[in-house]
Amino acid sequence: MPVSASAIYFLNLRGDVLINRLYRDDVGGNMVDAFRTHIMQTKELGTCPVRQIGGCSFFYMRVSSNANVACAFKFVVEAVHLFKSYFGGSFDEDAIRNNFVLIYELLDEIMDFGYPQNLSPEILKLYITQEGVRSPFSSKPSDKPVPNATLQVTGAVGWRREGLVYKKNEVFLDIVESVNLLMSSKGSVLRCDVTGKVLMKCFLSGMPDLKLGLNDKIGLEKESQIKSRPMKSGKTIELDDVTFHQCVNLTRFNSEKTVSFVPPDGEFELMKYRITEGVNLPFRVLPTIKELGRTRMEVNVKVKSVFGAKMFALGVVIKIPVPKQTAKTSFQVTSGKAKYNPAIDCLVWKIRKFPGQTEPTLSAEVELISTMTEKKSWNRPPIQMEFQVPMFTASGLRVRFLKVWEKSGYNTVEWVRYITKAGSYEIRC
Amino acid sequence: MSGHDSKYFSTTKKGEIPELKEELNSQYKDKRKDAVKKVIAAMTVGKDVSSLFTDVVNCMQTENLELKKLVYLYLINYAKSQPDLAILAVNTFVKDSQDPNPLIRALAVRTMGCIRVDKITEYLCDPLQRCLKDDDPYVRKTAAICVAKLYDINAELVEDRGFLEALKDLISDNNPMVVANAVAALSEIQESGNRSIFELTSNTLTKLLTALNECTEWGQVFILDSLSKYKAADPREAENIVERVTPRLQHANCAVVLSAVKMILQQMELITSTDVVRNLCKKMAPPLVTLLSAEPEIQYVALRNINLIVQKRPTILAHEIKVFFCKYNDPIYVKMEKLEIMIKLASDRNVDQVLLEFKEYATEVDVDFVRKAVRAIGRCAIKLERAAERCISVLLELIKIKVNYVVQEAIIVIKDIFRRYPNTYESIIATLCESLDTLDEPEAKASMIWIIGEYAERIDNADELLESFLETFPEEPAQVQLQLLTATVKLFLKKPTEGPQQMIQVVLNNATVETDNPDLRDRAYIYWRLLSTDPEAAKDVVLAEKPVISDDSNQLEPSLLDELLANIATLSSVYHKPPEAFITRVKTTQRTEEDEYPDGGETAYSESPSQGADSGTSPPTASSGQHSARQTVAVPGAAAAPAPVPDLLDLMGDGNNALVSVDQPTTPSGPPLPIVLAASAGQGLQISAQLVRRDGQIYYSMFLENNSAIALDGFMIQFNKNTFGLAAGGPLTVPQLQPGASANTLLPMVTFQNIAPGPPNTLLQVAVKNNQQPVWYFSDKISLAVFLSEDGKMERSTFLETWKSLPDSNEVLKDFPGIVINSIEATLDTLAASNMFFIAKRKNANQDVLYLSAKLPRGIPLLIELTAVVGVPGLKCALKTPSPEMAPLFFESLENLLKS
Repeated sequence: MPVSASAIYFLNLRGDVLINRLYRDDVGGNMVDAFRTHIMQTKELGTCPVRQIGGCSFFYMRVSSNANVACAFKFVVEAVHLFKSYFGGSFDEDAIRNNFVLIYELLDEIMDFGYPQNLSPEILKLYITQEGVRSPFSSKPSDKPVPNATLQVTGAVGWRREGLVYKKNEVFLDIVESVNLLMSSKGSVLRCDVTGKVLMKCFLSGMPDLKLGLNDKIGLEKESQIKSRPMKSGKTIELDDVTFHQCVNLTRFNSEKTVSFVPPDGEFELMKYRITEGVNLPFRVLPTIKELGRTRMEVNVKVKSVFGAKMFALGVVIKIPVPKQTAKTSFQVTSGKAKYNPAIDCLVWKIRKFPGQTEPTLSAEVELISTMTEKKSWNRPPIQMEFQVPMFTASGLRVRFLKVWEKSGYNTVEWVRYITKAGSYEIRC
Repeated sequence: MSGHDSKYFSTTKKGEIPELKEELNSQYKDKRKDAVKKVIAAMTVGKDVSSLFTDVVNCMQTENLELKKLVYLYLINYAKSQPDLAILAVNTFVKDSQDPNPLIRALAVRTMGCIRVDKITEYLCDPLQRCLKDDDPYVRKTAAICVAKLYDINAELVEDRGFLEALKDLISDNNPMVVANAVAALSEIQESGNRSIFELTSNTLTKLLTALNECTEWGQVFILDSLSKYKAADPREAENIVERVTPRLQHANCAVVLSAVKMILQQMELITSTDVVRNLCKKMAPPLVTLLSAEPEIQYVALRNINLIVQKRPTILAHEIKVFFCKYNDPIYVKMEKLEIMIKLASDRNVDQVLLEFKEYATEVDVDFVRKAVRAIGRCAIKLERAAERCISVLLELIKIKVNYVVQEAIIVIKDIFRRYPNTYESIIATLCESLDTLDEPEAKASMIWIIGEYAERIDNADELLESFLETFPEEPAQVQLQLLTATVKLFLKKPTEGPQQMIQVVLNNATVETDNPDLRDRAYIYWRLLSTDPEAAKDVVLAEKPVISDDSNQLEPSLLDELLANIATLSSVYHKPPEAFITRVKTTQRTEEDEYPDGGETAYSESPSQGADSGTSPPTASSGQHSARQTVAVPGAAAAPAPVPDLLDLMGDGNNALVSVDQPTTPSGPPLPIVLAASAGQGLQISAQLVRRDGQIYYSMFLENNSAIALDGFMIQFNKNTFGLAAGGPLTVPQLQPGASANTLLPMVTFQNIAPGPPNTLLQVAVKNNQQPVWYFSDKISLAVFLSEDGKMERSTFLETWKSLPDSNEVLKDFPGIVINSIEATLDTLAASNMFFIAKRKNANQDVLYLSAKLPRGIPLLIELTAVVGVPGLKCALKTPSPEMAPLFFESLENLLKS
């Protein structure tokens, strides 16, 4: 099954072609026009991302033949990621215009005949550079380690180049968890899960082998089996699913349940995991919203922080929806600030620093314009919440150890941080 | 870091091209480089800079890699329009392919492969051969893909030069990325050619599985996709394969995960041990769930695939229904798919929770989503008997909200629930009747009327309710009319009193005399006759017990499901259609035909001695087959002379054959007959055939060629059921074919013999047998053009009348952006030759609008409106006909006619 794509187009929001690269000549230029008229000009932005128009399928990226959709989408996502890393974070029309030569070069490299090749920014930066003038064999062959670039692109450890040297060998680990919650108005949890990421920043010399130990149940059990000694007591957690960066040896994970890898240089996402059992919710929200007649509403929201009293949450925002025809609002809050934002039809309550084990409340009165046309009753969107809680993991995950092994045997410094953020934290009301 | 290239997009107004030309020829390197950048910028915004070809190519010989890449890019874009000049670049390419820098070597081969000009292609072979054996893996992996590119341009060349073998060798390469690209290239070649080039043996399997662990994520996708076609020999082997693939489920790349799932599902078919299967199901669930935390587009793809997986193996996600609950901010396409999967996973155990969710969704804003949610409740009720009552109560609650579209949707599903559980929930009818007057959609109305008719005896005022609908009977859509008719009859049979009797008079009158809908009229007459002859019999018929329905909507057929599962992660699994259904092969076959001619010519006078020898010894190729076809046509008598059975039809056929050969150069649609059975597939028997129309009769014009070593005789032919019921009108008369001999025949065809059900399509499946070989099956395409009859010309007035009498829904529009009308007269002649007759013409601004008529068998008229500007690409066609389902077929043949 050919997975291949025919072409890549960069369009701006009006549908003008900024840059295109045709990998195969089976799509014509008129396909872009078809795309523009069929997809971009239909006002429904939520239309389905896979469409077939006149024998050509678009994933907002076009292919013909029975292509591998998952692969194509992932490719687009990765490509955007790559360009962002090249252009320092922004990827917009100006960035494309300003770097069209570079983009052409990259497009040439990352995909061949419609087959994705290598999208790792680390490696590509080795031989496709902003200046581009460095043709390695032209004058000074010794000043850059480029000659073996080709080996690296295709090599088994395609994500790390050799010969790195750091004065101080450091590893930073960030455990970032986002809590997704959907709670009914009565306070029962409809769905709740934590998606976590282990982000890593490596400044290590040479080709180090790393091994990461977490307090997950399967890993610990396996370990105690191997060492044939009883498991230490302590909190263990059960990971529902784990996915790893390509540097992690999956076969070894499968057999020994250890996470061992040769890390890429710099920042990368080592693993992602998901947990559904035993989630510690950092906040409970207790809303009562009463509609008093047709023109008035009473809103009372109590938010309770259930993490340790010594910890605190930052940047807490609670968005309480109100009907479109809201005319006037008045508030009383015990902490933070609140205001009515008509653009999103919400009361926005912000609390910059939110200590643990407290429960501030908001009570508001909302006056509505009485409308004759509004037959439909208000459909009550959910309350949404944003927050960050440093040094707290909703899953209870902890890093037990991070071993670094390199043949020169240097010492490393490891730093670990934990943070829990709100994913889609929704409470129906 | 950020570049400043945008300045290249702004140019001075006057004389842009000459200015660029001057700069390109500048003696300063920097200036030249800037100029090339400007050229590329101009190319990017769509300006035609092909006139600078020579000047740009002159900049190609440079040490500067960046500049080189830009020039190459320019070449890829414009080489096709300037094939003669492109040859100038060849030398540099060949030189670059021997550069000490592997990046440049790879770049040269990669670019050459992208230039689809025959002359370049020839020169590509030698560098490609070298690069396939290059020391540097980077060059090898580029060369591997390049073989696939070359195959796409010129398949024969690839086979002649032994590139396929070289590619197969690369599977054992020690570099995993080279292996991955070789696999990708081989799979693609396999896909486009019909024969098996790339066969998976257990030996290659082991190699690939080893490479799998080491190559990049994309490479893993290529390998997994090609391995999923491997058929394990026994359960033991299947288990082994699965064991090696399972770790991939943990990969962060969603494409790797889905391809691994595909592979595991394929192998699971073979595994007999229930323990292993259960274990695998358990392992697959978490990765699938994790896909739902990716970007919405990926989620969508994952959900469409999960939908398939759940149908095949519901156990995998049976306990995970919660993850499919919709989030408030999910895009609508994700929500819709989640809903579908929730229905599939709903069971007695979780139905309460699911119903609560559905109820919540039914109060959201998006109308389509709300409707689907309401429908979902109904489908749950039908699926789960024990939950039906709870579903009904939820539906009733929703009806009480009195949101118009919710009520209507609820009534539609309640009708289905009544069908599923007859005589159980009539108590709610009273509530339904309250919202009677808000119904304005046909389906909801029809459903409500059905309910009233079905339970007429329990609704006291059934006659009043129905009567209120009757007033507007003539204006109602057909769907509602039919239901009204049936419901009134039911009412009359159940309550034969005066009121219903009057009603039935009115209805029958309305439905027979005053309507022009044949369905309605027929049904009314049947009822009428039943009622007037034997009311008891009418009761037996009309009030008979109905078969119980079940929820099979959105269920796929098992065979289709299996096919789709084999295509997980691909487009086919997203569309839920088999690949053939949406991949247009027409385009590729035409292209190969076009390509083959110049290629054939190319090889014939090629200067390279090795190639000349090759083409001399190779078996007759497609193009040479077609050449000889023409030669034999010219002497039809010779081929027909030894015919064993002198048959009148055959003589006629031969006579016509002579005509064909004379006609061929002049008829626009008369290329040599397309090959339908290649010699390689038919053990040396090659058949070319096409449907043709001569003097009002349809013939299957065939050309058979015997390339095998034995004489063939006793030819017979049969046609499978097809849309037009085409079948042979006589026996196939082909003389004995000696090795190397060939024969022509015109087989008269008859229509409407064996009509295939379903929507019209162009597939014509043919079986041909002879006494020496097995039966050969092949498929051909039916062109609608052969059915257009000679008497299709219409009077102007008739045309206008017919056009007006047909509703707008019978009008189908299509754009042909690729077609250019250069002369109205020539176009009309072309069309007239295919029995499309000119009626009138008018001018609309600079556009010409042409009206034509044509006629299909059974007197179906086709009214055609063509709009185009002479000399400018783009043709609009509007077709109005009583049977609009023929439109796609018509457009296809119109396009074929006008394209040539």
